[in-house]
Amino acid sequence: MSTGISRMVTDSIVVTKRNLIRMRRLPEAIFFNSVQPVMFVLLFRYVFGGAINTGGEYVNFLIPGILVQTSLFGGAGTAIGLNEDMGKGIIDRFRSLPMARSAVLTGRILADVARNVFVVLLMLAVGTAVGFRFNNGFFPAIAAIAVLLLFGMAFSWMFALVGLSVKTAESAQIASFLPVFPLTFAASTFVPLDSMPGWLQVFARNQPVSHAVNAVRKLTQGSAVQGINLAAEVWLTLAWSGGITIVFATLAIRKYRKVD
Amino acid sequence: MGFVNYRGRVIIVNSSPAPGTPMIEVSGITKAFGSTKALTGVSLTVERGTVLGLLGPNGAGKTTLVRILATLMHPDSGTARINGIDVLAEPQRARGLIGLAGQYAAVDELLTGRENLEMVGRLYGLSRTDSAARANETLERLTLTEAADRPVKTYSGGMRRRLDLGASLVGRPIVLILDEPTTGLDPRTRSELWQFITDLVAQGTTVLLTTQYLEEADVLADRIVVLDRGGIIAEGTADELKAKQGGDVVDVKPVDPDNIPRIAELLSDIAGQPQIDVRTGRVLVPVGDLRGVDVLTTVARMISDSGIELDDLAIRRPSLDDVFLALTGHAAEQTDGGTGATDEETAPSTKRASRRSKRTERAA
Repeated sequence: MSTGISRMVTDSIVVTKRNLIRMRRLPEAIFFNSVQPVMFVLLFRYVFGGAINTGGEYVNFLIPGILVQTSLFGGAGTAIGLNEDMGKGIIDRFRSLPMARSAVLTGRILADVARNVFVVLLMLAVGTAVGFRFNNGFFPAIAAIAVLLLFGMAFSWMFALVGLSVKTAESAQIASFLPVFPLTFAASTFVPLDSMPGWLQVFARNQPVSHAVNAVRKLTQGSAVQGINLAAEVWLTLAWSGGITIVFATLAIRKYRKVD
Repeated sequence: MGFVNYRGRVIIVNSSPAPGTPMIEVSGITKAFGSTKALTGVSLTVERGTVLGLLGPNGAGKTTLVRILATLMHPDSGTARINGIDVLAEPQRARGLIGLAGQYAAVDELLTGRENLEMVGRLYGLSRTDSAARANETLERLTLTEAADRPVKTYSGGMRRRLDLGASLVGRPIVLILDEPTTGLDPRTRSELWQFITDLVAQGTTVLLTTQYLEEADVLADRIVVLDRGGIIAEGTADELKAKQGGDVVDVKPVDPDNIPRIAELLSDIAGQPQIDVRTGRVLVPVGDLRGVDVLTTVARMISDSGIELDDLAIRRPSLDDVFLALTGHAAEQTDGGTGATDEETAPSTKRASRRSKRTERAA
């Protein structure tokens, strides 16, 4: 059995390496993926931000939300990449090899985590340029980044299932944004929840993106933000990430394994 | 390690063979997509170190059979064994024995040729050094060494196909499954690949090859299985299949293709049943037991009496094309199958389209 596990690890690393080489050779993909969140930062910082009252510096409220949104949106790359591999026959090649069956998916997702590290650092740089500051010290900041990466990875499994289920890369893109839009906008990402109508607050308060945003906000700002129970938000984010990973990793791997 | 005597040569096979059993054994395979029957009970065997050509028009079921053998698809019923290993029960073991090269180049465009081969080597379970050595050796064999460190997107179609074949060889498979390996290639590249496949077989590899090109089957295959509408309609060596056609044929080509039905009608009582090849605009009259020259003169006289103008009139040995036409009898599909290169070249989209149609069929 240990050979099975070591095969799984080796094969996942081999596939991760392949995906990282692809990213390095196609830098414009990361560039254009980063343009959108930068636009969001500028739009909310300078256009809408003045009208949103959060009771503190809006930029410090905004950037944690942007970071969570960016980690989620990046997962669409998982869906598109897997779908393209299917269309080009690369997945057929992998399936015909005596390799660990889960490695194609784990390799894809690990590469996306690596890309998310890059994108999160980039957005932090952009955020700093427009006035964002860490106000809670070094280690909570590192913890915030870890929460972001874990949360993004959980959603990557959902995107993997999307990518394996749709027929074209275009529909993979659209199908990925469908769940991400309501989750990131009906949340505490850009505006305080109590500005929303009551029925929407019920949803927004209890869905995973709000928990992740709250956790990152509190971890980066500390006592500068009020009314967030740090421990509860972090545990809820971890629980959601774990739950999403278990459900969607199971479904995605089953989908990948299924020979029809 | 084992030794197999192949055509007088002793060769080394890098797996423990079970002598006597065929390398590939397919028995009673059926597969349906919704109401479409892709395979209707196909059985075949391929002996060690030989090439089986699986011949058939588009939609005959060739790719379905290949996908089942390559563990990419489950049949509805039937069994498939490779070197005695049940492909359905032990797919992972079977995968270690096979190399698959697809209809189109399933290699990563952004990776270099070397990176592609090293990746596949690693996924076959080779160590880093072994896969690097294997990649080098494969690149050399396929004369890709010079392009080895360029991204594949800069390769020509023929180079990509060679690399795709190379990727299927890195694991030193004892069975090579080639799904239309030369579709869409220019004649020179095609004959290079043929030579390469011939060399592999001489070294002991067993090959199952699907093709729409009869010439390809003629050149490469020791035995040919003709598949049509999901079932086997003929099998044998190229010569046996040609012999079934009944000796020479008289080949009549009118200037005006509209005259083809009239010619077929006119010549129906001379010798064998005339066959119409719509694609090339010819009528073929099998000579059968008669003397070729007699049939030829009779045909010439009758056509000349009818006043139909001819472009060409000849007596020749039947080609595999003629055999195929006689066997399948439906010229329209033969047109699809025979020229193939045009639509199969754009394989990724074709593939998706076929997936789509499968899905609609299922939904229906």
